[in-house]
Amino acid sequence: MSESVGGVSTPEGPTAGDGPTRDTERVERAAEETARDSGGALALLQTTAGRSLGLVVALILLCAVGMITAGDRFASYDNMMTILRLAATIGVVSIGMTFVITGGGIDLSVGAILALSSVWCTTLSTQTMAEDTHWSVMVVVALLVGAGCGLINGLLIAYGGVVPFIATLAMLASARGLAEIISNRRTQIVHVQAFKDSFNSEIFGIPLIVVIFVLVAAIGWVLLNRTTFGRRTLAVGGNPEAARLAGIHVKRHTVLLYVLLGLCCGIAALMLVSRTTTGSSTHGTLYELDAIAAVVIGGTLLSGGRGTIVGTVFGVLIFTTLTNVFTLNNRSISEQSLLKGLIIVAAVLLQQRLASRKGNT
Amino acid sequence: MSTTTKPGVLLQMTGIVKEFPGVRALGGVDLDVRAGEVHCLLGQNGAGKSTLIKVLAAAYQPDEGTIRWDGVETTLSSPMAAIKLGISTIYQELDLVADLTVAENVFLGHEISRGGISQRSRANRLVRDLLARLGHSEISPTRIVGELSPAGQQIVSMARALSHDTRLLILDEPSAVLDQGEVDNLFRVIRGLTAEGVAVVYISHRLEEIRKIGDRITVLKDGITVATGLAAADTPTSRLIQLMTGRSIEYVFPARPVEARDQGKPVLEVRDLALPGVFSGVDFTVHAGEIVGIAGLVGAGRSEILETVYGARRASTGSVSVDGKQLRRGSVPAAVAAGVGLAPEERKSQGLLLDQAVYRNITISSLGRFARGGFLNSAAERRRATELTTSLDVRPAGVVRAVRTLSGGNQQKVVLARWLLRDCRVLLLDEPTRGVDVGARSEIYALVRTLADSGVAVVVVSSEVEEVLGLSDRVLVIREGVVVHESAATEIDESRVLDLVMEGRVA
Repeated sequence: MSESVGGVSTPEGPTAGDGPTRDTERVERAAEETARDSGGALALLQTTAGRSLGLVVALILLCAVGMITAGDRFASYDNMMTILRLAATIGVVSIGMTFVITGGGIDLSVGAILALSSVWCTTLSTQTMAEDTHWSVMVVVALLVGAGCGLINGLLIAYGGVVPFIATLAMLASARGLAEIISNRRTQIVHVQAFKDSFNSEIFGIPLIVVIFVLVAAIGWVLLNRTTFGRRTLAVGGNPEAARLAGIHVKRHTVLLYVLLGLCCGIAALMLVSRTTTGSSTHGTLYELDAIAAVVIGGTLLSGGRGTIVGTVFGVLIFTTLTNVFTLNNRSISEQSLLKGLIIVAAVLLQQRLASRKGNT
Repeated sequence: MSTTTKPGVLLQMTGIVKEFPGVRALGGVDLDVRAGEVHCLLGQNGAGKSTLIKVLAAAYQPDEGTIRWDGVETTLSSPMAAIKLGISTIYQELDLVADLTVAENVFLGHEISRGGISQRSRANRLVRDLLARLGHSEISPTRIVGELSPAGQQIVSMARALSHDTRLLILDEPSAVLDQGEVDNLFRVIRGLTAEGVAVVYISHRLEEIRKIGDRITVLKDGITVATGLAAADTPTSRLIQLMTGRSIEYVFPARPVEARDQGKPVLEVRDLALPGVFSGVDFTVHAGEIVGIAGLVGAGRSEILETVYGARRASTGSVSVDGKQLRRGSVPAAVAAGVGLAPEERKSQGLLLDQAVYRNITISSLGRFARGGFLNSAAERRRATELTTSLDVRPAGVVRAVRTLSGGNQQKVVLARWLLRDCRVLLLDEPTRGVDVGARSEIYALVRTLADSGVAVVVVSSEVEEVLGLSDRVLVIREGVVVHESAATEIDESRVLDLVMEGRVA
């Protein structure tokens, strides 16, 4: 009677309801920074807190570890912003990835697309043009390059019949190769001051790129849960044959999903360019793994048909906070990687247990 | 039937019962097979033949009943146990690995090796002997199986069966993929095996073959043995067909409209439709309010015709028009936009999003109706879906539960509700009552008739001849991709249809 189906989550009865509510309050406090400036995000947390409870607990534990081991260095406003700024770039990519995976696909080329976008929008000619006209030229170039790569991925997969793994693997290799050719393997410094100023501005004390991340996540949530596009994505990922026989343009929809992810890569490229004030063919290395990991531990089914934007946001925050806590404690990258791997395995095992239990009832 | 085993009886099955959730696939089957005989299994689609051979191959465990092998009561605990006893099954869909060689396929699972190193030359030699025994020494053991013809692949399957010291060979419609010469050769091989004392269980729909190769016949109907030990050579066809069709359950079909309908222009016009290698020259029309049934054997091209009309397959020639407007070939969205709906054969894999809510399955083809600027109004979706499920009496009620939790009949109602919501002009139903229990069937039949009465043009495909005849106004009979008969449903009876699909002529 109290089972939750699809996007509808129902309260779990009077006794069980107490736990989630109290936890929700704690989450609200813990995630205040993310939610500040956006009342929608708070409401969003409340509705899905029950389902994402495991993620919430994990994040709280991580924060507790951070506060115990690093004290004020962790719990400061500046550090929170550092975490969020780091989370923003990979977060935007992960939101796009959530759509592709929910639609039954996978994209290994996101890091390479991001690198290509960052390089293309910082070439001498692009920057010269931006200085002559308007800094938004760089934005348009980055978004077009990202969406274009996504379009190629999507066309190859939907109409070329190439499996997503291979098509995007090819894109991974060739996009990064093209980025190296264009940049001549040199790091390109951004000298368009207006671009740097705009992207490094703050809104009510929140860095712009964090605001962009929150916006992308909010739009992503609405798109997945409240629109025909989202519903079709679930259908295409859940059962492509049934979706096709129901009259959905499955191929066209698949292309759109990859274009959407490409666009997200373009946005992430701009964030990274502004944060580092460089464009480089080495930007975004291994982002595909981080993004897929965040999506999967968030609770999106790798086989498609079920996706959660809130889960993905938590996944990203968990990984970024983990990195931050380790860095503050001067622990090595190797230890981080080891722990990340363990977290992914634990999360997926847990997910499978839950899924099989649901299947038995 | 006596429970003591007579000499010469290799296999004796008594009172075999196999139930699946909601379906009693076998309700007490008796079968005895003698060494050295060809025992034919006869029965309509759904009579339980496939389930029975899967019990024999130990792919299923029976719920009740005993199996005696060589007079000793046995339980077939696993497919490997069945193979060890000497039971080999050759399924309709050959289970070969296309990219491996003939020899590798024959010894798949029991590779010839010493200390983990495969002994290819020895395996090839053994396979060459087996193939010679089957009269096909021209097939090289090193050929890649995928390059062989269907007939050649079947020989490889048989070689694999013989590599296990087979004493009972089960052949499930072996002639379906063969031409006449190949069938003759298959019969030669079968006679060679029976001469060595191997027992053969032979399943086929073609009576002329059964007369030629069979010794005795067992007839199954609705999961029960209705006759056994009939002489294959001289039991009259009429008697066999009567055994296969004699009813134990009467379905209630809704009454056809009494007054002759004003025909007017046809809603659905199919002209000279063809799909290479599957069907050709299919030509029919359906008027508003009319139900047209398509009967034929599995593999005759019935489902493919529906899917091609629907645009899910691209026709090579011909046209499909709805209300006089020709549809774009090979486009499902075009067909749906023109008001065509399909309830596919494989409801679970082709029709439904099993893990999603009932209402989402109903509205998936009409999302635009519930959206403004792309934003969905879920409350309206649920409201409309609730109206539909209430009027169709989908149980349990509640449109937010996952479709997976519903029974087959209720799932079918959800699929129908999807097209009701679209007010479609043409409804294509492929096996509308497969996996639907007896009670819910009558409801589905009544629903289809109500839809037709409201002006929808309906096409029904079913393996069950009785269903096609009982539900339809007009009937097409398909044999090997060609329409061999068209008439009003009242002008043809079940045995004539069976004659047409099995022997190609009216007896």
